Amino acid sequence: MLKSTVYLGGLVLVGLIWASEACTSGNAAATSDGELPDVVSYNFDIRPILSDKCLVCHGPDANKREAGLRLDDPKSAFATLKEHPTAHALVAGKPELSEAFLRITSKDTSQMMPPPASNLKLSDREIRLIEKWIRQGARYEKHWAFVAPKKPSIPKVEKEEWVKNEIDYFILKKQEEKGLSPNEEADRERLLKRLSLDLTGLPPNLKMMERFLADNRPDAYERAVDELFKNPAYGEKMALHWLDLGRYADSHGYQDDGYRTQWPWRDWVIHAFNKNMHYDDFVTWQLAGDLLPNHTKEQLLATGFNRNHKITEEGGVIPEEYRVSYVTDRNDTFGKGLLGITLECAHCHDHKYDPFSQKEYYQLFAFFNNVSEVGIESVIGGPETYAKKPLMEISDDDVKNLLTFVNKQDTARLIVSVMGDLDTLRKTYILKRGVYDAHGDEVEPGTPAAILPFNPSYPKNRLGLTQWLFDRKNPLTARVYVNILWQEFFGRGIVKTSGDFGMQGELPTHPELLDWLAVDFMEHDWDIQRLVKKMVTSATYRQSAVVTSAKLKADPDNILLARGPRYRVHAEIVRDLVLSSSGLLNRTIGGPSVKPYQPAGLWEGATSGRGLLSTYNQDHGSKLYRRGMYTLIKRTVPPPSLAIFDASNRDLCEVKRLRTNTPLQALVMMNDPTVLEASRVLAARLLEEKTSEKDKISKAFRLIVCRKPTEKELEVLTGYFEQERKTLKRPAAEKTLAVGEYPIPAGVDRVRLAALMRVVTTIYNLEETITKT
Amino acid sequence: MAAHTPPPYKGGGRGVVLTMMEKEILEHGYNFNRRRFLSRLSLGLGSAALGSLLIPDLFKGGGSEDEAFTPGIPHFAPKAKRVIYLFQNGAPSQQELFDYKPKLRELLGKELPPSVRGNQRLTGMTANQSSFPLVGSFVDFKQYGQSGAWVSDLMPYTSKIVDDLCIIRSMYTEAINHDPALTFLQTGSQQGNRPSMGAWLSYGLGNENKNLPNFTVLLSRGIGNGQGVYSKLWSNGFLDSVHQGVQFSKGEDPVLYLRDPEGMDRHERRAMLDNLAKLNEMAYEEFGDPEIMAKVKQYEMAYRMQTAVPEVLDLSKEPDDVVKLYGPDCLVPGTYAANCLLARKLSENGVRFVQLYHQGWDQHGNLPFEIAKQAKDVDQASAALVTDLKQRGLLDETLVIWGGEFGRTSYTQGKLTKDNYGRDHHPRCFTIWMAGGGIKPGIVYGETDELGYNIARNPVHVHDFQATVLHQLGLNHEQLTFKHLGRRYRLTDVSGKVVRDILA
Repeated sequence: MLKSTVYLGGLVLVGLIWASEACTSGNAAATSDGELPDVVSYNFDIRPILSDKCLVCHGPDANKREAGLRLDDPKSAFATLKEHPTAHALVAGKPELSEAFLRITSKDTSQMMPPPASNLKLSDREIRLIEKWIRQGARYEKHWAFVAPKKPSIPKVEKEEWVKNEIDYFILKKQEEKGLSPNEEADRERLLKRLSLDLTGLPPNLKMMERFLADNRPDAYERAVDELFKNPAYGEKMALHWLDLGRYADSHGYQDDGYRTQWPWRDWVIHAFNKNMHYDDFVTWQLAGDLLPNHTKEQLLATGFNRNHKITEEGGVIPEEYRVSYVTDRNDTFGKGLLGITLECAHCHDHKYDPFSQKEYYQLFAFFNNVSEVGIESVIGGPETYAKKPLMEISDDDVKNLLTFVNKQDTARLIVSVMGDLDTLRKTYILKRGVYDAHGDEVEPGTPAAILPFNPSYPKNRLGLTQWLFDRKNPLTARVYVNILWQEFFGRGIVKTSGDFGMQGELPTHPELLDWLAVDFMEHDWDIQRLVKKMVTSATYRQSAVVTSAKLKADPDNILLARGPRYRVHAEIVRDLVLSSSGLLNRTIGGPSVKPYQPAGLWEGATSGRGLLSTYNQDHGSKLYRRGMYTLIKRTVPPPSLAIFDASNRDLCEVKRLRTNTPLQALVMMNDPTVLEASRVLAARLLEEKTSEKDKISKAFRLIVCRKPTEKELEVLTGYFEQERKTLKRPAAEKTLAVGEYPIPAGVDRVRLAALMRVVTTIYNLEETITKT
Repeated sequence: MAAHTPPPYKGGGRGVVLTMMEKEILEHGYNFNRRRFLSRLSLGLGSAALGSLLIPDLFKGGGSEDEAFTPGIPHFAPKAKRVIYLFQNGAPSQQELFDYKPKLRELLGKELPPSVRGNQRLTGMTANQSSFPLVGSFVDFKQYGQSGAWVSDLMPYTSKIVDDLCIIRSMYTEAINHDPALTFLQTGSQQGNRPSMGAWLSYGLGNENKNLPNFTVLLSRGIGNGQGVYSKLWSNGFLDSVHQGVQFSKGEDPVLYLRDPEGMDRHERRAMLDNLAKLNEMAYEEFGDPEIMAKVKQYEMAYRMQTAVPEVLDLSKEPDDVVKLYGPDCLVPGTYAANCLLARKLSENGVRFVQLYHQGWDQHGNLPFEIAKQAKDVDQASAALVTDLKQRGLLDETLVIWGGEFGRTSYTQGKLTKDNYGRDHHPRCFTIWMAGGGIKPGIVYGETDELGYNIARNPVHVHDFQATVLHQLGLNHEQLTFKHLGRRYRLTDVSGKVVRDILA
């Protein structure tokens, strides 16, 4: 019984914390459940309640609207009620006359709102907030995310000496309001590891660590940032989030899941980040490169973005049904990835929470509906099926001259699916209930008016759509991308729901900071690297990640950032870190994806038996040691060791990965041949050096954890080494070493090697190793 | 249970009742508050979501403070505690197995009347076919048991247990191709990226066993024309990855990366973990981040799993009478028979949802030959599973489901010859059976017209079927929701009603 009490207590605690977070995201940590703000804000306090509990029936969806009442629209909310011409849902200043208030406080189940059958219920606090809001005049505001950001002034702070750039003023201001103060800067070793993992996805090497530790110039840190920007691994690391967003994969998906050669597009993304292509061009090329006047082959290749979606090769499908699904995928990717809105909710009906009509969905759809494609072009087959029309061919000459960044490794024909429109416009209709052949009214290309009406001077095609997207008045584009990058570096977006800036999304924790960064980003021509630099050179980013129990209690989720970000790295980076620190990493950039070690039978067990990817033919030699991002992604059976660490399966646009902590991850780190082989190779290298065992272990630790071990840590590890060396028998040592294809140097003491290998594996398994700390 | 507004179920012995909202909050707590939530220990994906390992059973009680939990939220007293779903992947033809249509034999080669077909959409494979000649089953049917259910000669073992089965001949779906139809049946949506049925049950019911995953997946394949399976079919979707299906495979690593490397024994693993824990604790002292200690616990859970999983998967100690019941194939890893026996063992050990997929049921052509082989693969072991559970007194609390993703046409696809024909996909009717778990035994529910083309009585939509499964597990399908990207999702999307006629 005692246990169940503890358990219930925990539950209630979580409930309260969550509830308060959801209601007061704007001033997250401290508001107690009872206190109401002095001025109740529609956007921050009331709209989340209405959106979550009321708008399903009293919101934008005309077909589901009850009693003709819209609570998201003041015109309707203040008007006389259809069914009670003497009453009004809201009467400013007078909750006791407001029918809406009377209903939410009614005890009569026939009157009560939300109705009991809805399974929705307002909390006492929510009811009191609504009451106070009505008393204060029931003032509506436009949803914050649909109002173009203005650059706010930099707030004044007390502890100005801590500040390094504008970001810090906004962050510190909030902390000071809540009585928190920031951490000191992290120690240099950990700071460099964090920075290097964030900018390149690779741990710093020993030389760089030494250099940074010895660099006493005041701008040593900025220099390190610039040095990492120059590393081509920067483009690879930055590409990762974009490959998720652009749902890049190496197979067509659907049932046969055949191979595709879309990787030159991936090579281009890496290239674009390394060239620091600005965000407006970067996206414009991808959405409309084929429509640019006198477009180049590179611009055409960029449009592969909109052909990364799954494409069926299942004989017997209805082609139009699938063609429509491809257009839908493009449209939804545009909504989620670039606008941060859940556009797909308006696919079958008007959006239930956000002001997007079904008609507007199909108006946007119209931009992507003119591609000269078919629902099914071919069933699974040979190289001619590796891309689908419209496609481009990349010749050896192209690679020599124009597309030098495409890592084409043989002379075979290379084709990539790209965009290309029909000469005559395909008509677009509203699809009733989203059904592919249930044509409703015909629509013209257009954009959701609540975001920004489509300027009639723009061409009504994808090129015009990019002009709309990068119109300075567009309230979403800059905010959404700034937020995605913030999430990448700080672990959590300023808007936590990075794919939903709509009314059901979370409110920004630092709205002014988000706006400042968004406007600053636009003012500097959408310069991505400049924005990244701003983030990683802030004092906020550079803080130590140490958390005291008081801070943990005050701000468990680190919303106020009074300590540095501390997160497990992405799946691909786990692999990169292991390969890089062991010296095994193959630094080739781009090219066809590779097939490293993988448990046997996974593809074979799930395949239809057709096509190149029906059996897993593992690669050998240096291809075993490529970065995680080059592991071949077969959509229906994604690479297991990456999937276990929450990599995207690339089925659909994804802007935020889960970050789980599971026993399977422990099993991967303990037993995956990749980790074991890297341990063996690193151990063998260390044994070849004429150093003491203690030094070898210390060096392994530095290479892997990116800092010098403490004496205590070294003691544990050397103790473990001695123990293993004493107890390991030769046959067991031989078996231990027999992992991976990389050769074992001749003449090495096998027992010693196996013992040291186990020590290295243990270091790989440290929590700190795969955590940016 | 009362048919309407059931009283809240008091959650077994512990008096814990979570409302949907609390459960949702808790679930969000996993994601939102994990860093403060030391005990959140989930399991991963694609390969093994063994969240269960540390999770005390809500029904049995137990567990301690340092263990994590996923409490369940039964809305009312459940009839069943566990599900075994024998998925016949590729869509078995109902005409040759359970839906007896003598009229089709009479009308052999006659055109399907257009009035029957109506405005039916056809797959691209037969849409351009110039005629639609009807074809009856090549194999005979007989009546069996008290219920007098018709079963074809291809199912000699199943025919003996018809009085334990509820055969539903009136299932229908919305999809006409494999991928969307499978996805629809398993996740309630044709598009995927939603939690599958097993994930929803794991979410809704929590765990019974600390050492095994709550949702496991077993694959096998017959010689018939096959269609792939996809990991999205056992996806946790937007639910916590603790609810992801864990694929158990044949071979030495039943769960990916489970086995310690060659040359390392359990003592050595223990020594490694002890040293690792010491080091991680030092880091915790320095950083104070609860994630560090959560990581230590995950390693302990992994360690326990390494023993628990092989134990339950070991079939070598099964007595002869059990082996005889399932047939000799049950000792061949990776066969359907072996998977059925494993399913019983996993289920018996508290695994909430065991999902089998047997591939090879897509008989567009060469149907008589292929379907006979497929039926032989699954008949004995499917029946054995039901019998075995019954003998162990487990059938009442275990819901067994057998069926595919849609049906097959009563007209032939391709050339019709004297002894060969094929059948195309047919969403308008198909047959499944259910056994145990509070489902009425020994009944045949629903009826198709005499051409086996349209449903004549008691149609059961996929969402109705899903609602019924949830209901048997004590869950109201309209209340089992999860809020994601602004919308509350459920397995049955926006429709579905419990098929009360088939409840015991």
